[in-house]
Amino acid sequence: MSSRRELIFNHAILTLFAVIALFPMLGVAVKALQLPGLDVSTFSTAWRDGHFATYLRNSVIVTSVTVVVSGVLSIMAGFALGTMRFRGASVLFLLFLAGLTIPTETIVVPLYFDLRSAGLDNSYAGLILPQVAMSVAFGTFWMRAFFRSVPPSLLEAARIDGASSWTTLWRVLVPVGKPAILTMVLLTSMWTWNEFLLPLVIVNSDEGLRTAPLGLSFFQGAHKTDYPLLMAGALIIAAPVIAVYVFLQRQFIAGMLSGAIKE
Amino acid sequence: MTTVERQKSRKTGEKPPGTRAERRAGGRVRTRAPGESRNIGWLYALPALLVYGAFLLWPLARGVQFSFYNWDGLGTATWAGLSNYTTTWTDPALRGSFGHLLILVVFYSILPCCIAFVLVAAMSRTKIRGMTFFRTVLFLPQVIAMVAVAVAWQWVYSADGPVNTVLGWLHDLGLPDWRHGWLGDFTFALPAVGLVGTWVEIGLAFVLFMAGVQRIPRELYEAARMDGAGPVREFFAVTLPGLRRELAVALTLTTTMSIRNFDLIYMATGGGPGNATKVPAYEVYNRTFNTGEVGLGCAIGITMAVLLFAATTAIGRLVEGKGA
Repeated sequence: MSSRRELIFNHAILTLFAVIALFPMLGVAVKALQLPGLDVSTFSTAWRDGHFATYLRNSVIVTSVTVVVSGVLSIMAGFALGTMRFRGASVLFLLFLAGLTIPTETIVVPLYFDLRSAGLDNSYAGLILPQVAMSVAFGTFWMRAFFRSVPPSLLEAARIDGASSWTTLWRVLVPVGKPAILTMVLLTSMWTWNEFLLPLVIVNSDEGLRTAPLGLSFFQGAHKTDYPLLMAGALIIAAPVIAVYVFLQRQFIAGMLSGAIKE
Repeated sequence: MTTVERQKSRKTGEKPPGTRAERRAGGRVRTRAPGESRNIGWLYALPALLVYGAFLLWPLARGVQFSFYNWDGLGTATWAGLSNYTTTWTDPALRGSFGHLLILVVFYSILPCCIAFVLVAAMSRTKIRGMTFFRTVLFLPQVIAMVAVAVAWQWVYSADGPVNTVLGWLHDLGLPDWRHGWLGDFTFALPAVGLVGTWVEIGLAFVLFMAGVQRIPRELYEAARMDGAGPVREFFAVTLPGLRRELAVALTLTTTMSIRNFDLIYMATGGGPGNATKVPAYEVYNRTFNTGEVGLGCAIGITMAVLLFAATTAIGRLVEGKGA
């Protein structure tokens, strides 16, 4: 068996699949930029007609608030479940774990009617709070796993120094846990940014509150088969996530693949 | 896990109070900082639990409640008993949507895993250069909003998109004319949507299996080769058994994606043509907001959650042999 031939063959197959994976994206770029002429006018048209400045701003607001709030709550809950033993802790953990398997489709309908009764439909709060709840399920699961992996000696040392649990958490454990926290932040950012069904249902009348994916769906409704224009829009909403992914792909991949691994 | 064991032992140790107290005291020494209430854990978990309870568990409970009523979203609701659940299985369009889901599982889950296995089987015998690059590229579809993916694929499948262009060339070479309006075709719309799922999930399965293969001891491959095993024998004797865990994870994640595929269906086909690409995820939205059957929409949503839970549990048992 010629291993050199095998090597070339393997790289050829991988290259083929890489091309397949990139092909629709490259098509998007070629169409949107009208390559090889590099005409960005499609972009400016899409940007203007699609109101993407507003939609991207909304997505930035919703995503950053969701990620910060759910991150802090997850760190605290994960700390409790990962380092302390208290009555009902295992039930609590299973409760959060259950949230990982509940599809958005299952809760979105009752959520909409209850938020509407509370006057929270078509509001930032209506967009953010449910997504905090969804992110907290994963975040708590993720941070608990990290806190369990912390050597007990570190906790002991902090105790002997007289640190309270609060100080131990934020001054000792969080600095050590930066990589785990980074992964959590990346994943919840991506999920919140890409979320479509919830904004579609919650933001049903106030155009000024549409998030980027929701904006793209309305943009598509208005420009049915104008593919260069639509693809410029698709590229605009996907670009921020792709940009972060390219630099931090290791964290993205490791995090997304661990979501299904239960103990 | 230890917490569960402790609770069990506490329950069984209920009768002799001495034992129980000792156990508790023992637990205290091991786990608690001196002078700190053991219930402080609840304080730390409380804020997360409140948001989670109010915006996830509560809607879930309300969804169960709604599913027992007939309601159009505006007027008064009437008790429906289990009729929304029976409708979920007897209504031809809804039963069809669950059938479509089964077909999509093949495209989202089984096909990507098979393709990834072939790729990995080929790769496992050699060292790959630029693996980071390939992994990044193949995994990329996972991180892009499905809404954007749907737009890109609508172009791929469009009347003069790349698929039809290539088929046009083949036609010029004397082959039959295979060009179609793929997403608008009653026969081909569902497989066309399914292939988008395959495209998204191949990278996930490949990256998982590739990481798993690297954990299989080299000696096993060397031993297999010494025994004169070819690539096929080697795959079934060494690679596949070594990847059970990764296979379980890949099947779990991809099956989940096939059930939660609202975005793609809504954007690419809207369930059409006719009912050809209606899936439960789409019907939850459709029945609630288009036909005013809120109770039915909730019943479909609950059914989806039950199916997803059953599927992930079954995959865990079958592939990993857990609890068998």
